[in-house]
Amino acid sequence: MFDFSIITEWLNNLLNSFLPGWLTTTIECVLIGVGLLLVYALLALFYIYYERKLCAAFQCRLGPDRVGPWGLLQSFADMFKMLIKELISLNHVDKFLFALAPYLVIIASMLAFAVLPWGNGLQIIDFNIGIFFLIAVSSIGVLGILLAGWSSNNKFTLIGALRSGAQMVSYELSVGLSVLTMVVFAGSMSIGDIVQAQDHLWFLFSGHIPAIIAFIIYLIAGTAETNRGPFDLPEAESELTAGYHTEYSGIHFGFFYLAEYLNLFIVSGTAALLFLGGWMPFHIPGWESFNHIMDYIPGVIWFIGKAIALSFVIIWFKWTYPRLRIDQLLSLEWKYLLPINLFNLVLMVLIVVYGIHL
Amino acid sequence: MLLLDIFGIQNNALLALVALLTGVALVALALWLAGLISPRSFNPQKGEAYECGIPTRGGSMTRFSVGYYLFAILFLMFDVETVFLFPWGVRVRELGGDGLISIAVFFGILVLGLVYAWRKGALEWK
Repeated sequence: MFDFSIITEWLNNLLNSFLPGWLTTTIECVLIGVGLLLVYALLALFYIYYERKLCAAFQCRLGPDRVGPWGLLQSFADMFKMLIKELISLNHVDKFLFALAPYLVIIASMLAFAVLPWGNGLQIIDFNIGIFFLIAVSSIGVLGILLAGWSSNNKFTLIGALRSGAQMVSYELSVGLSVLTMVVFAGSMSIGDIVQAQDHLWFLFSGHIPAIIAFIIYLIAGTAETNRGPFDLPEAESELTAGYHTEYSGIHFGFFYLAEYLNLFIVSGTAALLFLGGWMPFHIPGWESFNHIMDYIPGVIWFIGKAIALSFVIIWFKWTYPRLRIDQLLSLEWKYLLPINLFNLVLMVLIVVYGIHL
Repeated sequence: MLLLDIFGIQNNALLALVALLTGVALVALALWLAGLISPRSFNPQKGEAYECGIPTRGGSMTRFSVGYYLFAILFLMFDVETVFLFPWGVRVRELGGDGLISIAVFFGILVLGLVYAWRKGALEWK
């Protein structure tokens, strides 16, 4: 399989040959930052287009089709529209917190985004506690949403933010526990190790029954984490106008919009790396020739393909299930998902420790 | 792990800092750009809260349902539990049966906590 570190090492050696060390590091850091920014923005734009087209297909509409071929430039047009909208200065908000909230939301998604493995050697941050880092930084986003709702000094935003806070912290437990189940199986928290361990067979297939349960729970909890689908009551437009970002205008609102779509990608990307082998191709043990053909498809395509396929499922949820009430939402998490998850963890531990095969 | 070698930078904290600064730069750049090209108009009505058209009555940073607080406390309990379980989860294979027994006590107490909260009705939304 192609290893991307060849390119980066070549560039590194080239820069090192005529520049001092500190300058090389700085240039490389800037390059990484610019690359990250470009991929982040382009992916968000793609996701906006993807979601709108999919929603249209689910409702037997055409969706955006006027701007560019098949409406491909629609999200660029949307972005420019947001940039040229007025940033209304409100006189009742807490100015500092109001300005801080989008930073927190974007930083949380950017950090989580940088952890995802895109391909062999194409991963920016690889802590040895990578997956734990991912959960930790993605929970900063809750803080941003709570701050946005509170500082807006508006009743709708306050209710939206509190609902969102209650929902996101509750479902974070399920995310954490199902990730923990897979960490127990993989025996490592490093994302590189987790992906390498799925060389022969993805965890969804090799992890027995607990992995399948953890996958389903992760998808449900991930949908709730991103405030989407049937769990979109923080921004239930019929009750709360727009929830926590009611008071934000122009590009200020755009940041929340951007982060929301990126979080969708992060959730499906994390599911892909934990259960569907990240950038690893699909292998069936014993089918050597089939495995060789699969190896020809580059890892980046595998990863993006898996993430987009899982995003499709999450968007599908939205058009299949009606919105939950807050009491239903919290009882689903605390009375069903959490006990099932704890039981599932015990099951996985027993399988790992005593080598039971289900 | 050789996998990481993006440009041979081994320091993950530095890379995390780069990602963080990229996030800050994205927001700051977009805000700056929007500040340059977006129109400005001044109207005292615009600064009002977007609520219902008539002037807002009462403060909005007020008291809210205690239910949210209850769930935050419950979350804290279980999230800390998950954090404690993570290091043990990595070493499950090596620790074997002994590790299982010692974690079972910890796990049992937390499950008891959940059962207690459930029986007390803390999980009911009121």
